[in-house]
Amino acid sequence: MNYRLILNIAINLIRARLKQSIIAAVGVTFGIAMFITLLGFMNGLNNLLDGLMLNRTPHVRLYNEVKPSIDQPVLISKDYKGNTNFIQSIKPKDRGREIYNSKAIINILKQDKRVIDVAPKVTAPVFFNTGSIEITGVVNGIDVPAEEHLFKVSDYIIEGNVFDLNNENNTIIIGKGLAEKMLVKIGDVIKITTIKGGLVSLKVVGIMQIGIAEIDNTMSYTSLRTAQMLLGESASYITDIQVKLTDVLMAPAVAKEYKNKFKIDVIDAQTANSQFETGSEVRSIISYAVGITLLIVAGFGIYNILNMMIYEKMDSIAILKATGFSGNDVKWIFISLALIIGIVGGLFGLLFGFSLSQIIDMIPFETSSLPTIKTYPIDYKITYYVIGLTFAICTTAIAGLFPALKASKIDPVEIIRGK
Amino acid sequence: MAKKVLETININKYFYDPVKFRVLSDINMSINEGEFVSVVGKSGCGKSTLLYILSTMDTDYEGELLINDVNLTKKTDKDLAVVRNEHIGFVFQFHYLLSEYNVLRNVMLPGIKLAKYPLKEIEHRAMEHLRTLDMADQALKSPNQLSGGQKQRVAIARALINDPIIIMGDEPTGNLDKKNSDMVFDIFNNLVKERNQALLIVTHDPDFAARTHRTIEMADGRIIS
Ligand SMILES: Nc1ncnc2c1ncn2[C@@H]1O[C@H](COP(=O)(O)OP(=O)(O)OP(=O)(O)O)[C@@H](O)[C@H]1O
Ligand SMILES: [Mg+2]
Repeated sequence: MNYRLILNIAINLIRARLKQSIIAAVGVTFGIAMFITLLGFMNGLNNLLDGLMLNRTPHVRLYNEVKPSIDQPVLISKDYKGNTNFIQSIKPKDRGREIYNSKAIINILKQDKRVIDVAPKVTAPVFFNTGSIEITGVVNGIDVPAEEHLFKVSDYIIEGNVFDLNNENNTIIIGKGLAEKMLVKIGDVIKITTIKGGLVSLKVVGIMQIGIAEIDNTMSYTSLRTAQMLLGESASYITDIQVKLTDVLMAPAVAKEYKNKFKIDVIDAQTANSQFETGSEVRSIISYAVGITLLIVAGFGIYNILNMMIYEKMDSIAILKATGFSGNDVKWIFISLALIIGIVGGLFGLLFGFSLSQIIDMIPFETSSLPTIKTYPIDYKITYYVIGLTFAICTTAIAGLFPALKASKIDPVEIIRGK
Repeated sequence: MAKKVLETININKYFYDPVKFRVLSDINMSINEGEFVSVVGKSGCGKSTLLYILSTMDTDYEGELLINDVNLTKKTDKDLAVVRNEHIGFVFQFHYLLSEYNVLRNVMLPGIKLAKYPLKEIEHRAMEHLRTLDMADQALKSPNQLSGGQKQRVAIARALINDPIIIMGDEPTGNLDKKNSDMVFDIFNNLVKERNQALLIVTHDPDFAARTHRTIEMADGRIIS
């Protein structure tokens, strides 16, 4: 088969019907542009929301859960072995929230190749005292460099500097909501009561805002040491070990492994944030569905125009066949024609989609809850562009196939006789 | 003895719509190279139908068709397309040209399809044919800028581009005046003389038929002489 000739004929057919061809291509362009923009925008938002949660939650977290022990005395007793035992009013066992042997565990974790970094943490429920009112809250004692490495906490510090926690003892960074309630600013000293009754004064060195009111109203950061002192615990006291992995998808498997290895409670990010995942997925599905619908509509446009073209070009097809083109050649002429429309329309679609994304990317989007975001988020993932173009080519090829088969079956004798 | 370029063995054809009807009955004929044959007969006797079968465009028939000693009955659409491209030149009563291309390209197209010569050579040959047909000055025009007689000459040039062994025409002079008709006859006559190609031309013009080497007369789907 002479591909160049076939392509040349296809191009000439397009040139002869330039207007319709352009309209067909514009249909594809529009479909692809919308597909790209929609996906980029939707997934930009998704990533933002995921980031909001996922980037600040560890992929794997090791901790001690408050729960009853699995081995109750009656189950161990020889006398009642083999019986079905009903135990009522079980109370959880006080094992403390401390992770035993945390240093050793951290060392082992740090050697794991799948682990990016490990950040130990002490969390303690506390009361913030302001006047005669006590506000419940949480103190997170963090290893500042590790926490910054894993979760980029500095992004959420709107005033002050997170490293000041390390520079000075007895310092604290508090949530914006908390600061507003207590009417404090940087440099002020606040009083904190622990649940055990101890009273501590801490200097505010920063204000943070995560964007979730519930957290901003209760959260505070101190250094590990300060938190341990607050609780009257030793320097080895750790309640949480946070782990970030090279690939978040491995989290559930790794969590299971650690659980067995360290005999400790472990939760993975997927389990901790399952509701967020579902939301992202639904949004993705919606944008794919809309984009693909647009492309299918464009496909019907191409189908119509090709059908019309074949009807108009019956004579030409008859001549081609009479002068030595086979049905197969004619079929490929029309498929090439459809593909040219699809590829040209698709490429312009990618271009317009990208431009449109850029425009959206420049629109200011400032909410007090998202301090790091200044404009609408857009995801420029290359995958969307590849999918878009592939799909454009597939739809046009399919849309072109039926008219092309029809054209290949045209009987030249019938056309010539019909004159 | 001259070589047979076309031969039919007992060709029969039926139409089934609206009733079964035998259009062609036991057609046996042969044409040698360098022979100029005309086909005459009353309107509706089946001349065009026969020509479509001989040109391999119509494959719905009984019997056998040989072109260049190759039996074409039961060949695939693809093979037949190659035969049409390489060995048969066809001139219609109505000048079928592609309006997407200019005159020169129209003539070149079957040559490009065959791809026996490089593009430059095909173009040169196309120009030669147009020159013999006195159409060289119109080469870059679009077909719809030409008169009927001019279009017919372009169609003839196109039929000649691949040096077919046989050229078939279905009333190629039917739409032309006496002068143009004579001119086409002369062109055909020269082809036979100079290139030893065979010609099979359906015509209603008794003068035209009388000047050919041999006339096949048809009536009711049969060859009567
Ligand atoms: N598709 C068809 N279906 C049924 N009958 C047909 C069909 N095509 C042609 N016929 C009939 O077949 C017969 C032969 O037609 P054909 O076109 O071969 O005649 P012809 O000899 O070329 O006539 P003319 O000199 O007028 O061109 C005619 O009677 C015609 O009515
Ligand atoms: Mg006829």
